[in-house]
Amino acid sequence: MKILKIIAWTALISFAVIQFFPVHYNTSETIPETDFMLINKVPATVKNLLQVSCYDCHSNKTEYPWYNKIQPIAWYLEDHIKHGKGELNFNEWGSYSDRRKKSKLRSIIKQIENGEMPLDSYTLLHGDAVLSLKQEKDIITYLTRLKDSLN
Amino acid sequence: MKTVKRTIGIAILALVTVAFMSCKDGNKEHDNSDGHHEDANAAMNREMSHEEGKDINHEMAMNENQDTKAEAILNDYFNLKDALVNDDNSKAKELGNTLTNSLKAFDTSKYADEEKSELKDIIEDATEHAEHISESDLKHQREHFKVLSKDITDMVAITGTKSKLYVQFCPMYDGGTSWLSMKEEVRNPYYGSQMLKCGKVQREIN
Repeated sequence: MKILKIIAWTALISFAVIQFFPVHYNTSETIPETDFMLINKVPATVKNLLQVSCYDCHSNKTEYPWYNKIQPIAWYLEDHIKHGKGELNFNEWGSYSDRRKKSKLRSIIKQIENGEMPLDSYTLLHGDAVLSLKQEKDIITYLTRLKDSLN
Repeated sequence: MKTVKRTIGIAILALVTVAFMSCKDGNKEHDNSDGHHEDANAAMNREMSHEEGKDINHEMAMNENQDTKAEAILNDYFNLKDALVNDDNSKAKELGNTLTNSLKAFDTSKYADEEKSELKDIIEDATEHAEHISESDLKHQREHFKVLSKDITDMVAITGTKSKLYVQFCPMYDGGTSWLSMKEEVRNPYYGSQMLKCGKVQREIN
């Protein structure tokens, strides 16, 4: 029993202590000229879908949920967003070469088609980010057209 | 007495936990922009060996008028292709890594400006695909290999190669997909044992 108590206290204290560790927030207020929406003429519906379902992890601005204030969740999200932006950052779209844009579009389309994106771990708490079949189709149709317009 | 002991115990455990956490946090500082761990020393070593590599390449290039770095990339690409033909996921991962390194070692400086920027784009894109191949399952490896093959084909169009190559084509994979091979006989890297001989020679290089 004593050991259990010690473990419980340790956990509680470390939980309290890690709350004071700083987190780097992904909340840039400026939208750079290279942003996907500024480079391309994106239809309003698709624009909205991308904002809600993709931009949290694939741009410089995340709409954070309330639980991001709690450690170690904040660390987990920080890591996650860093990785997401490394793979694809819609804010930097204009800086990618055409070859890379095509590559990225291919991957985006494939991953939406296969239901790999948005991630399940993300949609679990972001119900509004779930894409319906119709929405998936809208995005894919637009992105395919965009891909074919690049040589 | 017991309470004191317990309190001390808790305090120590808490300290250890915090120390551990901050260590983890400290490590993070060394992450480079790609999110890869790398300490300053390793980065420096790599930088240095890269520089050395450059010099060697210059000499070679002048001697033979051939791009040995491009040949190295091709060689790694063919090994990777063979791993995919053999449905060997872990070997392909390993070779994805090898190819990533040889792509990163590529040197565009001896090419004309226009070729230079084209090559830079190609290498950048190919590197990303090679990196993904080093960490994904067989299905994803093949998806990335498709675009990688296009990149490498475009690269060869600029750098040239001393070997004879065959551009092969499989009409079934993802709406029609090509790849490069050193041998004329078809061994399909997109289907492997499932449809080993599906495809045909589309074009010859050299």
